[in-house]
Amino acid sequence: MDIHEYQTKELLKGYGVPVPDGRVAHNVANAAKVAEELSGERWVVKAQIHAGGRGKGGGVQVACSLDEVRQITDRLIGSRLVTPQTGADGRLVQRVLVEQACDINKEYYLGLVIDRGSQRVTVIASASGGMDIEEVARTTPEKVVHETVDPAVGLMEFQCRKIAAKIGLKGKQIQEASKLMRALYRCFRDNDALMAEINPLAAVNGGRLMALDAKMSFDGNALYRRPAITELRDFDEEDPKEVKASGHGLNYIALDGNVGCIVNGAGLAMATMDAISFHQGKPANFLDVGGGASPEKVGNAFRIVLQDPNVKIILVNIFAGINRCDWIAEGLIKAMQDQKIKVPIVVRLAGTNVEKGAEMLAASGIDFIMADNLDDAATKVMAALGEQGS
Amino acid sequence: MSVFVHKDSRVIIQGFTGQHATFHAEESMANGTNVVGGVTPGKGGQTHLGRPVFDTVSQAVEETGADVSGIFVPPAFAADAIMEALEAGIGVIVVVADGVPVQDMVRVKRYAIGRSAIIIGPNTPGIITPAACKVGIMPSHIYRSGRIGVVSRSGTLNYEAVQQMTALGMGQSTSVGIGGDPVNGTDFVTVLRAFEADPETDAVIMIGEIGGPQEVDAARWAQQNMSKPVVGFVAGVSAPPGRRMGHAGAIISGESDTANAKMDLMEELGMHVVRNPALIGETAHRVFS
Repeated sequence: MDIHEYQTKELLKGYGVPVPDGRVAHNVANAAKVAEELSGERWVVKAQIHAGGRGKGGGVQVACSLDEVRQITDRLIGSRLVTPQTGADGRLVQRVLVEQACDINKEYYLGLVIDRGSQRVTVIASASGGMDIEEVARTTPEKVVHETVDPAVGLMEFQCRKIAAKIGLKGKQIQEASKLMRALYRCFRDNDALMAEINPLAAVNGGRLMALDAKMSFDGNALYRRPAITELRDFDEEDPKEVKASGHGLNYIALDGNVGCIVNGAGLAMATMDAISFHQGKPANFLDVGGGASPEKVGNAFRIVLQDPNVKIILVNIFAGINRCDWIAEGLIKAMQDQKIKVPIVVRLAGTNVEKGAEMLAASGIDFIMADNLDDAATKVMAALGEQGS
Repeated sequence: MSVFVHKDSRVIIQGFTGQHATFHAEESMANGTNVVGGVTPGKGGQTHLGRPVFDTVSQAVEETGADVSGIFVPPAFAADAIMEALEAGIGVIVVVADGVPVQDMVRVKRYAIGRSAIIIGPNTPGIITPAACKVGIMPSHIYRSGRIGVVSRSGTLNYEAVQQMTALGMGQSTSVGIGGDPVNGTDFVTVLRAFEADPETDAVIMIGEIGGPQEVDAARWAQQNMSKPVVGFVAGVSAPPGRRMGHAGAIISGESDTANAKMDLMEELGMHVVRNPALIGETAHRVFS
């Protein structure tokens, strides 16, 4: 689960990570009031959306007067901000963060991730701040410092000093950076984060370190024990179809093809999409109905897949282990009757109670296209699409 | 011999009296698994499915000599249950729960250092040596005894591959689901090493997914250390970058993470790569015979 920059900064501030003075504003008057209260002569106005590359899209601007704060806020709020990460439609800006501007001497990168190689939390740091760290890692890997954290003792001070020295910090900055890194680690650990990124971490106004931009994402599986984080969720930043699907216990991701997919299990769902692609088809979505798929759940899966007007055909691929093919069949038949589905449906059933499920489908009198296996299913999808002339 | 679980494995179930645990324990027993008891805190002294229930894993180990545990507790309690099994000296721990917090697993893996246990999962369908021992939730009837080892991250894709094999007359020595989470108990390399050492396994099918370095690490290890042929597949060729495809671990986070990049590397390292998931069985049949 992702949160906004202003939320991340408030959270980090509570752990002792220095951040610029600033507050969120939802309208022009509010933004000007925040700027006035912050005092100073220059402010940064930052659009708050869950996507990176905001600077490139004009979502981060410096204002030299309260009037400029108003003008920038007026332009940003209500607009759709397009960045390299949002896609062509951009994201609706509903709020801005107004901060006191600082003079930047130098920018660094500091991040924490769960590293899949070491299977531990790893600190990533670099003297090349303000840039895309993946790009830095690819072109100049020697400029990226990695330090793995032993969960039994946490991030130690000596490790922080090592990192700080390696990225070229000097004198008092080393202790300062060490304190900041340990605060970031505590915030990461205590809130079940998956990723935390301070980019840039800047040396400002005479050398002090400060988190100028910050991003965190959290483990959805741990939200049950993190009520304060759960409250920070912004549903406006998520695809409404995906939110609706997750409310029904379905895992759905919209894609841009025309073959709707309803599958059980994430791996098989991916492989089903792959099989379609292998036959030169284009999947319209990823959808995992999960284990214990009731007839109702199957009905909801159809509703969500068919919300996408590009869907010309649906492939249902179920390999029932913990699931039961007869429940799936019941859901299929009911969905066809209730939802007046016009697109052809290719069905492949296997596993627990497969005979019973197949019998029910045959007895229903509905014109399902039955497939024997995965390859047969993909072939029949393409054949049926061909008949539609698409 | 098969790997990790055998005819003579003595299995307990943690969370024994729960609904799912009961269903799957019964199914395992009906297919020859030696379930010797179970653990449900507070229900010690009772009998369930004709087997003794204990309050703690160490009591169960002491009384029954259990060496394998199937953990069926909800995700929030999984880390504690795994550590309890580790502390009690269980050798093979199978964690079915889907949705265990990642940082819990980071701590569990730290706790496991220095204890010679194999943790399978979380988010795994489990492990099965057909007609001998099953710990997990997979449908036993699709598996056949044979001489091919199967290891996969996904559950249902494991079933898919196994059915394709069975249709062509190939059986399994052992099938292991290592789970779809980013931090998991056992990686591909550990399972490949076990298959390489197992005299009853002739060849291996390895089924990976997008996300993480595991598949390529395994191919690298196999090139150096394996004499047995490996057929490999990686799911997610059609997955877009940056989107999590269901499994917590299935997300493309860099260029080398894509399914095609991984399969290209696996091929370079000498694995027999199959690009169409519908042809896993066929490819294995061709390569292995």
